[in-house]
Amino acid sequence: MNAYMPYILCMILFSIGIYAILSKRNIIKIILGVVIAEYAVNLMLVLVAYKVGGRSAIFSETQVILPESMVDPLPHALVLTSIVIGLATTAFLIALAIRLYGKYGTFDITRMRELRG
Amino acid sequence: MITESIIPLFVAIPLAGAFLIALLKRIKGIPDILGVLASGSMFILSILFLLKMEIAQRIIYNIGNWGGFNEVLGRIVGIQLVVDGLTIFMLLIINFVAFIVAVYSVNYMTRYTQKWQFYCLFLLMLAGMNGVLITGDLFNLFVFLEIASLASYALVAFGTEKRELEASFKYAVMGGVASLLILMGVIFLYSNTGTLNMADMAEILTGSEQPALMYLVFGLFLAGFGLKAAMVPFHAWLPDAHPSAPAPISAMLSGVLIKALGVYAIARVFFTVFGFPHQISIILMTLGAISMGVGALVALRQWDMKRLLAYSSISQIGYIMVGLGIGTPLGILGALFHLFNHSMFKSLLFLDSGAVEYAAGTRDMKEMGGLSKKLPVTSGSTLAGAMSLAGIPPFAGFWSKLIIIIALVEASHMKLAAWAVLMSIVTIAYILKVTRFAFLGALKDKYLNIKEVPLLMRISLIILALVCIFGGLLLIPEVRDTFLSPAVRVLISGMGGGV
Repeated sequence: MNAYMPYILCMILFSIGIYAILSKRNIIKIILGVVIAEYAVNLMLVLVAYKVGGRSAIFSETQVILPESMVDPLPHALVLTSIVIGLATTAFLIALAIRLYGKYGTFDITRMRELRG
Repeated sequence: MITESIIPLFVAIPLAGAFLIALLKRIKGIPDILGVLASGSMFILSILFLLKMEIAQRIIYNIGNWGGFNEVLGRIVGIQLVVDGLTIFMLLIINFVAFIVAVYSVNYMTRYTQKWQFYCLFLLMLAGMNGVLITGDLFNLFVFLEIASLASYALVAFGTEKRELEASFKYAVMGGVASLLILMGVIFLYSNTGTLNMADMAEILTGSEQPALMYLVFGLFLAGFGLKAAMVPFHAWLPDAHPSAPAPISAMLSGVLIKALGVYAIARVFFTVFGFPHQISIILMTLGAISMGVGALVALRQWDMKRLLAYSSISQIGYIMVGLGIGTPLGILGALFHLFNHSMFKSLLFLDSGAVEYAAGTRDMKEMGGLSKKLPVTSGSTLAGAMSLAGIPPFAGFWSKLIIIIALVEASHMKLAAWAVLMSIVTIAYILKVTRFAFLGALKDKYLNIKEVPLLMRISLIILALVCIFGGLLLIPEVRDTFLSPAVRVLISGMGGGV
């Protein structure tokens, strides 16, 4: 298996998310597209840190653990931040979707035409 | 007395203000006072920095005091906050506009309920923007960018009517995708260089040769930051989002948000991290020229005052991008000066459109007419902003456009220079439409009883109008050396190296 395969799969997942955003008419499906794309990026962030046979970056007093055998811990910290930001975006989008449903009585984006032209 | 320990206040004060507003919302007047105080103190702090900074000085603050590890490990650990000439330049513009907008909102936002939520989100957006400016860490930049963006999505939807919600949804989805692209670029850069610190990254990239991956990163950053800056292929959200927000927020979004998150981030990343490669120069100039044309030509056929101004923002961002793209010191000076001028006149014009809406209750220019008799301050300040936007000689906007065009001629981009001149003529056409239809002509009967806007709104309009009229004085050598030249020097010194 190619070593780049996980990255290519991430890109495919990202493309699925973008496809959903661009082609779907239902607001909820668009939001799901954003979420899928976001997870693809988070997954890629974690993959950057991955190392075959690597272990978590915690030193121990009872056994010798070399820093070389550890995975890079920084992306793990970054991905938490990224997930929290993604949660805030998703929560906001869903709140908007609820308000939009209240105004129009539908989730269909093609029926919301206040801003055309 | 200027020490690195006050740098975090640029983020801490607005955050604390937002928190206190949410806490003390029940007490009448507190949100207004805290909002004005927080943004005013930020403005004073940035003036302090401007006056006390020495030439070409870089002040660095290590968050969490991780600085001691730098010597031990031989590499930068933790997040650094960096203040240099460009940062100060942008901080001053943003906090000045934010202060004026906060003063203006005290009266204007009485049209809406839940004023405290407005000030709370406003200060969060300010904290995000200041954070983007002062951070020296790429991932940290992404985090602050998201704070500012999320607050701005919510502020666009503030009216919670059909239009606002729809515009906000569009903006939020496109902004979300832009953030993901930026994050992906940051990940690729991190995996390639092993660091997130921008100065460190620039050093590592100067030595190494990784063109193929770098082109992917260029593309991701151009699309991501270009979407935030509303350059033309990525501009679709702006004409909906900016007019839908309340007028003070339109002024903030068009005046400073697209510059802090878009133009500043592009300048920082492509100049100081990547060393401004030649391809980026061509791309920026091409996209800038297209933005100029599309924005100006579409603005011509708008009848909604705020929508016209929003398209005009796209066109003016094009000028700034072209100036940056030239890459000569004169071009960068022109771009930064135009950035300053655009912040001033565009916030002024949006605040004016808000004042007209406040007094006359409409944004449609076909409905208006003869308002200058009833609204002398509003129409006078609109005229000042319009003349600056159109580039009529004594006003500030003329000088910055002139510098950009001279820089284009010097760099022998004759066709682009002609295009810029042509588009500035179109600019005159569309902005004269505003003054002609809204303020001149016969007064309609239904507007016989309208009154001039309240005092605080008038004060902020007058201050911005004065800056638009006398902004050209910034080019006097003594003033230029403290304000504009350090910012230009930062960008110039970043060039040359890199991939």
